[in-house]
Amino acid sequence: MARVVPLADAVAELVRDGDSVALEGFTHLIPFAAGHEIIRQGRRDLTLIRMTPDLVYDQLIGMGCARKLVFSWGGNPGVGSLHRFRDAVQNSWPRPLEIEEHSHAGMVNRYVAGASGLPFAVLRGYAGTGLAEHTETVKPITCPFTGEELTAVPALNPDVSIVHAQRADRRGNVQLWGITGVQKEAVLAARRSLVTVEEVVDELDDRRGAIVLPSWAISLVSHAPRGSHPSYSLGYTVRDNDFYVAWDAISRDRDAFTAWMREHVL
Amino acid sequence: MSAENPLTPGGPVTPDEMMTVTAARRLRDGRSCFVGIGLPSTAANLARRTHAPELVLIYESGTIGAKPDRLPLSIGDGNLAETADTVVGVAEIFNYWLQPGRIEVGFLGAAQIDRYGRVNTTVIGDYADPEVRLPGAGGAPEIASACREVIVIVRQTPRSFVERVDFVTSVIRGPLTVITDLGVLEPDPETRELRLTALHPGATLEEAREKTGWDLSAVPGLAVTEPPTEAELTALRNLE
Repeated sequence: MARVVPLADAVAELVRDGDSVALEGFTHLIPFAAGHEIIRQGRRDLTLIRMTPDLVYDQLIGMGCARKLVFSWGGNPGVGSLHRFRDAVQNSWPRPLEIEEHSHAGMVNRYVAGASGLPFAVLRGYAGTGLAEHTETVKPITCPFTGEELTAVPALNPDVSIVHAQRADRRGNVQLWGITGVQKEAVLAARRSLVTVEEVVDELDDRRGAIVLPSWAISLVSHAPRGSHPSYSLGYTVRDNDFYVAWDAISRDRDAFTAWMREHVL
Repeated sequence: MSAENPLTPGGPVTPDEMMTVTAARRLRDGRSCFVGIGLPSTAANLARRTHAPELVLIYESGTIGAKPDRLPLSIGDGNLAETADTVVGVAEIFNYWLQPGRIEVGFLGAAQIDRYGRVNTTVIGDYADPEVRLPGAGGAPEIASACREVIVIVRQTPRSFVERVDFVTSVIRGPLTVITDLGVLEPDPETRELRLTALHPGATLEEAREKTGWDLSAVPGLAVTEPPTEAELTALRNLE
């Protein structure tokens, strides 16, 4: 059964230097509060995993928490590029960042394999692309039944997966709805998991399209209201689009970035 | 460009507007369309508000049949989820819906596109030591290969229209239409080389060649795009 604990305690207990960590959220329910707590606790040498690394990964990378990034699309959604990610790849600032790059279809199937307890996943993808050439974790495989040439990608089993959800009950059962992304797969694929929630309630009720992660499938739950800001939690908070636009300017400059992080996160 | 109509409310037609309207027209009513962020989303939403109210918009965030009442801020906009016929997880959207070829039109943007219609959204320069690191592939490689036809919308510049892309993010083997701020390009049926098939009003072949990094050829009887109607332009300007 998941225990409900304060966020700082949850991150201290679950996230260790050198871990592979997936903070998932497909442009909705992005666990910003948990990412900021990782930065405050000064975790280092993390392998960060995410389909769509965005602002919170830009912040983790710019603060030197990451050694490696496993991803499929790294940008500021609806705005443009990530300048701290770009600076790390192009100029090794503040430290070199190794990258392992996939397509969305490949990444999501890696989580599916991880959640399924399988060593790899099969898909029809990457054909003729530079990713098949440059990424070690993309390999051809022949279907034993039809002889069709397909692509294999290895399972992702993060040491820790962290997601944000709308609600949990007091026993730690978690409910999320709207764009549910890859959160379920990320949690089930992980060795340890943390779910931050907008609200802790006595009883979960029915919601159209909601999924439930049972308490016994999660390590820890933390109450983190507005924990996905500046992204959004459907039914609770809205996307702060002005901040996404403002981040483009803040993150272009190393000093402006560092000053912003000192003032708002540390 | 000289497509301006002094009577057009809100000012003359810009090249970007001409491009978006041309792209929107390619989306026939009732078809299913996998929509990328940025210009594709604008064009697809314009199509829904003009000639194609039954166009099925599918975003990689898992929203199938989204009917946004304003232009979404990103593929994860809550308005997409709230107006969709159904919302599915990301595993399902790629595995059940895209991969088997269920979706008719794939609609993508590009940082670079080359003579043979290969698309780059990964890096400018060398992969190991890039001049400019771009966001990367996202859903594009499988959208490009699994949809029955692909539309790419991209501004035509010598930087974006190159002889050979720096990195092959996506390969399009089926029917392809490339829509730019100057005109329309389609692959030669034999060689797959992109050739100009239409120019927008006011754009010239000379200009299109200047803004293309290979020796661009045009099909005989090059068409001229119809300028935006007042209804198209009003709908587009109300979107943004």
